[in-house]
Amino acid sequence: MAKTADQYFDDLRETRVWRSIFRSGTGSSTLRRALAIQQNVFLHLFSTKVRTRMLSFSATWYLGTLTLGTFFILVATGIPLMLYYHPSVPQAYHDTKDLQFVVSSGLFLRNLHRWSAHAMVFLVFAHMFKVFYRGAYRTPREFNWVIGVILLLITLLLSYTGYLLPWDQLAYWAITVGSNIASAVPLIGDKIHFLLLGGSSVNANALLRFYVLHCMILPLAAIFFVAIHFWRIRKDGGLYAHSSEPAAVRSRSRAKKKEATING
Amino acid sequence: MAEAKDFVAAIDSNAKKSPRRIVFITRRTSAQVKAETEDQTQSFPEVLFRAAVAIQLLAIALVWISLLFNAPLEGLADPSHTPNPAKAPWYFLGLQEMLHYFPPVVAGVLAPGLVVMALIVIPYFKVNIEAEGLFTKDRLRRLRVFYAVTAPLVIFLGWFHVIVALVPTLIVAGLMLLASQSSAQSSSAFRRYLAARPLSYWVMTWFLFELMVVTATGTFFRGPGWSWVWPWKPY
Repeated sequence: MAKTADQYFDDLRETRVWRSIFRSGTGSSTLRRALAIQQNVFLHLFSTKVRTRMLSFSATWYLGTLTLGTFFILVATGIPLMLYYHPSVPQAYHDTKDLQFVVSSGLFLRNLHRWSAHAMVFLVFAHMFKVFYRGAYRTPREFNWVIGVILLLITLLLSYTGYLLPWDQLAYWAITVGSNIASAVPLIGDKIHFLLLGGSSVNANALLRFYVLHCMILPLAAIFFVAIHFWRIRKDGGLYAHSSEPAAVRSRSRAKKKEATING
Repeated sequence: MAEAKDFVAAIDSNAKKSPRRIVFITRRTSAQVKAETEDQTQSFPEVLFRAAVAIQLLAIALVWISLLFNAPLEGLADPSHTPNPAKAPWYFLGLQEMLHYFPPVVAGVLAPGLVVMALIVIPYFKVNIEAEGLFTKDRLRRLRVFYAVTAPLVIFLGWFHVIVALVPTLIVAGLMLLASQSSAQSSSAFRRYLAARPLSYWVMTWFLFELMVVTATGTFFRGPGWSWVWPWKPY
């Protein structure tokens, strides 16, 4: 009898090499499946179990997951784009043109990066409002909401710094308009403006600063806070399920608001 | 005879699904034991699989969009030639729209700063934790507060001719008035829904509505000199 894909996968998981890499071991018992999450440095940020009800589309619309998805796409397209790009004036513009017309699939890479960036900004906002309307910021999740706000700001900055990089008219003037707002801060406005741009107007220094922020500092900051964000979901008792509980359960649990569900 | 015990012990028998919990229930206080018998799904592999499918579908959609639509690329940056209008990225156009009405320190610094502060402190204020309809209790007093807050806001926005912010404010205020005239006994489901909305819901909905209208205005309805244009008419 031919083996199924599952059986091949099980065989693979039993090999010595696999077991040397992944600490979780073989088998599909509940324990082994829990260990597959808990013994993996990346996956252990998540709970080993999720309330089945929270998997329905209507519970979360999968907005957090999808935001993570756009972030993956942006990293995967951003790195190859970096290989064809020099953050200098006016070479940056010519590189972007080359991506459009010379580099194989360069046009597609840039399109995907650009549209995914817009999608990420949109999804982060959508995620925030969905979480708010579900009331999922309630105790003990307050601080995870704050981290979410920080991630919203990081996302906006990531998108904004990336906006300048093509060094075309659209980029130049959008950043000029945006950065002029910084000058309006009382007392230290001009200093902030100068610090941001490395000069008193958008120039080659600004391009280099935005490039470093866009490709290095902000992505690292995002990864750092995303890791805490996920870990806190597990520590705070998994995805918040209050609002989708039946009214009877809700009114009962309101009396015992302090009760935290231990799920991680 | 030994003294009667002050509690009874029980063991959750469903040890396979959830860790074993021993519950002590004292006689005087009737402890509420939250029913935690609800179904859970193992993250590996079911939940991870679902997440992967969701991300795949998104990726397929974005790939299609990228194949069909090209990212904009204009001429080389030219500091001596300002396009009209010069627009920020779309998510800042709400801000830019506000800059059209108010000085930069108000629209560009104070307003967004307050919005970020307000977002951060949401979970730390009890008013945002309560889930009771705004006008369920103390209706008349709360209506007075509602008028006292809304009227100056409407006058302020009208005074500066901020029509794009005024219209959403009036619509939400109208819905709030409807909510104040509704109750859990109202005949229409919509009015029962409105009557059950807490204050935090109204504030956030007003903010979301403003954000969408103002951003859409800046994106689609603003042309040279930030004048009003129709998106289907080229300027």
